[in-house]
Amino acid sequence: MTGLENATVLLLQASPGGYDPILPGLILLLPLLGFLANGALGLIGGVRAAEELRSGREPARHEGRPLTHTLPTWIGPATIGLAFVLTTANFMAMLGAELTDPIVRSYWMWMATGTLGVEAAIQLDQLSMIMMMVITGVGFLIHVFSVGYMKDDPGYPRYFAYLNLFVFFMLILIMGANFPMMFVGWEGVGLCSYLLIGFWFQDREKADAGKKAFIVNRIGDFGFLLAIFLLFVSFGTLDYATIFDQAPEVLTYGGGVATAVTLFLLLGAIGKSAQVPLYVWLPDAMAGPTPVSALIHAATMVTAGVYLVARAGVLFALAPVGAAAVATIGAVTALFAATIALQQYDIKKVLAYSTVSQLGFMFLGVGVGAYAAGVFHLMTHAFFKALLFLGAGAVIHSMHHALHATHKDWDAQDMRNMGGLRRYMPVTWVTMAIATVAIAGIWPFAGFFSKDEIIWYAGTAAGVGGGYGALFTVLWGMALAAAVLTAIYMTRLLVMTFHGSNRTGDAEASHLHEAPLTMIVPLCILAVLSVVGGWLNVPGSVRNSIFGGFGLLPMSDWLDRWLQPVTQSAVDIRVAELGGYASSAPVGGGHVLWGAIATGVALVVVILTARAVSRQKIVPATQDTVPLSGIRKHLYHKWYVDELYDRVIVRPVVRASRFSWRWIDQILIDGTVNAVGGVARGFGWFGSLFQTGQVTTYAFILTLSALAVLGALIF
Amino acid sequence: MTALLDAIGYDVWALHALIWLPLLGMLAVLLAPQERAKKIAFGWTAALFLLSLGLWWAFDPEGPLFQLTSRVEWIALWGVSYALGLDGISLFMVLLTTLTMPLAILGSFRYIRKHEKAFYALMLLLQTGIVGVFTSMDLFLFYVFFELTLVPMYFIVGVWGGERRIYAAIKFFLYTALGSLLMLVGILYLYAQARATGAPPSFHFLDLLGTPLTLTEQLWLFAAFALAFAIKVPVFPFHTWLPDAHVEAPTPGSVVLAAILLKLGTYGFLRFVLPLFPEAAIHPTVVMVMLTLGVIGIIYAAWVAAVQPDAKKLVAYTSVAHMGFVVIGIFALTVNGLQGGLMVMISHGISTGALFLILGMLYERRHTRAIEDFGGLARVTPLLATALIITALASIGLPGTSGFVGEFLALLGTFERYPVLAGLATTGVIFAAYYMLPMVQRILFNRLENPENRSMPDLSGREIAVLAPLVALMILLGVHPTPVLERMDPAVQAIVEYVDDANREGPLAAAARAEGERFAVEVGVGAREARDVPGAGLQRPATPESMDLVRSMHWPGTAGFPGQEE
Repeated sequence: MTGLENATVLLLQASPGGYDPILPGLILLLPLLGFLANGALGLIGGVRAAEELRSGREPARHEGRPLTHTLPTWIGPATIGLAFVLTTANFMAMLGAELTDPIVRSYWMWMATGTLGVEAAIQLDQLSMIMMMVITGVGFLIHVFSVGYMKDDPGYPRYFAYLNLFVFFMLILIMGANFPMMFVGWEGVGLCSYLLIGFWFQDREKADAGKKAFIVNRIGDFGFLLAIFLLFVSFGTLDYATIFDQAPEVLTYGGGVATAVTLFLLLGAIGKSAQVPLYVWLPDAMAGPTPVSALIHAATMVTAGVYLVARAGVLFALAPVGAAAVATIGAVTALFAATIALQQYDIKKVLAYSTVSQLGFMFLGVGVGAYAAGVFHLMTHAFFKALLFLGAGAVIHSMHHALHATHKDWDAQDMRNMGGLRRYMPVTWVTMAIATVAIAGIWPFAGFFSKDEIIWYAGTAAGVGGGYGALFTVLWGMALAAAVLTAIYMTRLLVMTFHGSNRTGDAEASHLHEAPLTMIVPLCILAVLSVVGGWLNVPGSVRNSIFGGFGLLPMSDWLDRWLQPVTQSAVDIRVAELGGYASSAPVGGGHVLWGAIATGVALVVVILTARAVSRQKIVPATQDTVPLSGIRKHLYHKWYVDELYDRVIVRPVVRASRFSWRWIDQILIDGTVNAVGGVARGFGWFGSLFQTGQVTTYAFILTLSALAVLGALIF
Repeated sequence: MTALLDAIGYDVWALHALIWLPLLGMLAVLLAPQERAKKIAFGWTAALFLLSLGLWWAFDPEGPLFQLTSRVEWIALWGVSYALGLDGISLFMVLLTTLTMPLAILGSFRYIRKHEKAFYALMLLLQTGIVGVFTSMDLFLFYVFFELTLVPMYFIVGVWGGERRIYAAIKFFLYTALGSLLMLVGILYLYAQARATGAPPSFHFLDLLGTPLTLTEQLWLFAAFALAFAIKVPVFPFHTWLPDAHVEAPTPGSVVLAAILLKLGTYGFLRFVLPLFPEAAIHPTVVMVMLTLGVIGIIYAAWVAAVQPDAKKLVAYTSVAHMGFVVIGIFALTVNGLQGGLMVMISHGISTGALFLILGMLYERRHTRAIEDFGGLARVTPLLATALIITALASIGLPGTSGFVGEFLALLGTFERYPVLAGLATTGVIFAAYYMLPMVQRILFNRLENPENRSMPDLSGREIAVLAPLVALMILLGVHPTPVLERMDPAVQAIVEYVDDANREGPLAAAARAEGERFAVEVGVGAREARDVPGAGLQRPATPESMDLVRSMHWPGTAGFPGQEE
């Protein structure tokens, strides 16, 4: 098998670099073992709960029970924590080594036919390593947070089983060494997403949301599959190493195959990363427990599309149309989703649309060939968006307890019912404020550096030559507008939730409380990362200005350089074909000036929004009877996109299904069959005339028929 | 293991035993007291499964194409032989059969309440028929076994079925009998054509292989065979017997029908239709028709499945969609396509069998098949829910389950030659989620409203024993299918090479030559040489002297056989 040869060659090549992977298989195995253990415990808990239900007893609480509480509490986070430690060790080892080619470890031949050989193989390189760090690191924090958040839930062990399984599949997605392996992770995380969105499956809406996520994702997976097929037909293999090596020779620049492959991959990425037009599942996905939203629907799974484009950078560099499509989809999504976020009241919905919008930024980045910038924003976003979701989780947790204490049936997630929470939850408030400033793009917080870099590359991507100048200029403008909107909706969220006077109710307010330690600690760690995370990649061009702290901030361009072995060949192709990036924005001005404008505008917008929202008279949701009108109504109803899809796609398919069944199957086909049967029955009656009961008659007819058949055969 | 099997002469008697021992079991069931019948039937089939496991080692993937072969004259006058053989394809079909049977029987312990002895006797008879079909090398023998499977199935549906069982049973019987009658005519015609070349009379597949036929003849014969198999598969639009049969059949009937009997059709295409009528099978119109019907089946059946209120009917329609993947995989005629088709056959057998078993367990508890009568079951029956979710995921081809490997390879193989049709077929992955997830949700999730569901018991130990092996296989075959794929590979390569190559060369042709030589030595004449001379087949009579010799060897005292008369 060529795959095996490749693997051996790569393994041999890697040794001189000095990096020897430390138990990479164990990084995958740990979450899997966690899943199996917690899954078994979950079944035990489920069987026990079912018995209680059948006998009509009240379900017992898990807390303090060894099998369904203590064990999952340790197994769930510990497996991911150990995986993080192992990943860090590998990361350190890779840091000290000159690794130019990825290291591939093959475990067994997965699918082999005469012409195809797909191995169960993993690949370690700079890109997968940085992703693994984010997944296991942020994943571990969210597992710890969940211990406090899910404590009272009847499905506690089952929850950790799903969460462990998710990390396992996410790592497969990232570490896979060929496209089918990535697809295993790709659909695997989709499955976990489905199970976790519908975690509280008794609630029909939540179960519906999980189903919607799965089906919409499968539309994307359809594209991914076609891309895989096309790659196999073109390359005869599906291994990254071979495909990316040979792509410049096998595929013609801008040719039909390259374009088709990238567009199909893009369809997959759009589905998984919730981009226009397939973003509709993500806001609904907020039905899941909030830590799930933080891990799956903000920090990791939804960024898989960005990873895919960065991973297949060579292919996108060879298909300028495909790359431009990525950038366009990204910019459109960034702006479109940001508008909807402006007028949502559900705290998680705001964050959901914010995530869609920020993913759009990442797409814009990788679309204009700035792969490192896209991955950079992916990383910083993982920090501050996970923090925002976990903070929102802490708020909802507290609100829920308060409302539950007095049996008030208000919505615990509606920001109109909150207000003034900073007095009750100071740590949550401070950490969320840090995250808000970070996502708004204010220096020196993490979001400033990563978002600024994407916008800068988008503005300068037209560069010298190339046919996409006008397009990139428009996308740049859209990104700037989206950045301004980001600052607005995030400030609105922060002020409505934490500032002003409390609207929950006097009796309820006394039950509001700060989150427990297991929830606070992850918040604080993520808050630190939301500040310093951006310093990993201070652009060289601004390092000596105030933005680089006049050279004080360390690690200039570190991530760019770190990812270079992975991204270089794609960047080379792009520069050779489309030319390099310009040194000034489309309307003039250098990087430092635009950095100053961006952070200045963001700051002003934050202050203005804060003042405007503070002055607004906000009333609890039940008393908010003034109907929205005009643009606000459209924004509140999310531009009616769900309604449109329902009318244009869902209902026609259902109608076609019913038509197929009732008319084609039952009447046309079966009608014909039964009619033929009726005719046959007529013949049967005719035949029965010969059923005389006399053996001699039968023998006569038999002989006659046999002769007839033989006669027919001969002549 | 291999040494042990050699020591007991396993490869000499294994296939005969697997075919005929079920009849002995049938006898035991009939003689046993009523209440012991099911246990005897289960024990017997379980023992047969263990026996069949030896095939895994007895079959050498590096060895000749057909192994464990045997050939004995049966009706010497017509050249009908009792000839068996096993290649990589039939190996897994046999294993699928021997695995499904004990599980289907174990799963019917509570469901079958009347005439138990008769029921289990028929199940055993069915097993004889099915294993016979998958191991027959002789077309006549194949036909006999093919028809033999009809009879027990007819009674299983008609006696132990639901309310409309008579209608369903008759529809099933007439539909499939009609198709197979045309196939019989086709077999006889093919036989006569082979005889006309002067070859000694034989229904042996390898003897008939390469029978000179004009394209028109091939197309007609193809149609006759294809109709029989297309009904069995079933290929759209010949599928409407299936939902009725499935809905009315008792659980074990549905399981056997879906898991094994449908595969008789696709197996027939692979084993006989492609090699015997290669020019028809690669005729552009034929290929387009078959691929289009396959694609329609995938999409159309998924749509129809999605709106079924009856869970069993829903699953029945998903079978049509799954078999669509097999059809396109076969007729794309690529190695990946065929491998994928075979994997879909195996995986569908496992996952759909398990789905019918689970629906049967639900029926035993609630006496309803309507999806809307359930809801929220995950809270009351967590074990059943886990099994159903894993099975549903395997059925819709989630990577890591057996369903993915099959669909992926079938689509990939089709894409290699027909990208547009493969692209259309790939939408099937979307529609699979569209039919399966709502059913899972409406059964397992949502509010637990109906009080009758509240007291539903979870899986019993027996039921776990039925489902656990299937669930394990779904995952095992999804994670590590290579041992299966590499055993099927030689057979698949041989078919593709033979059909695709204008000279009809390759391992299949070599096997046919070897069989011809062996047969000639047995018969004592070199009569078959006439056929090996290119073009010789088109002139009908061989030399009278040689024919006389053959006649004297084979049917002394008779006037000869129609095929050789002028």
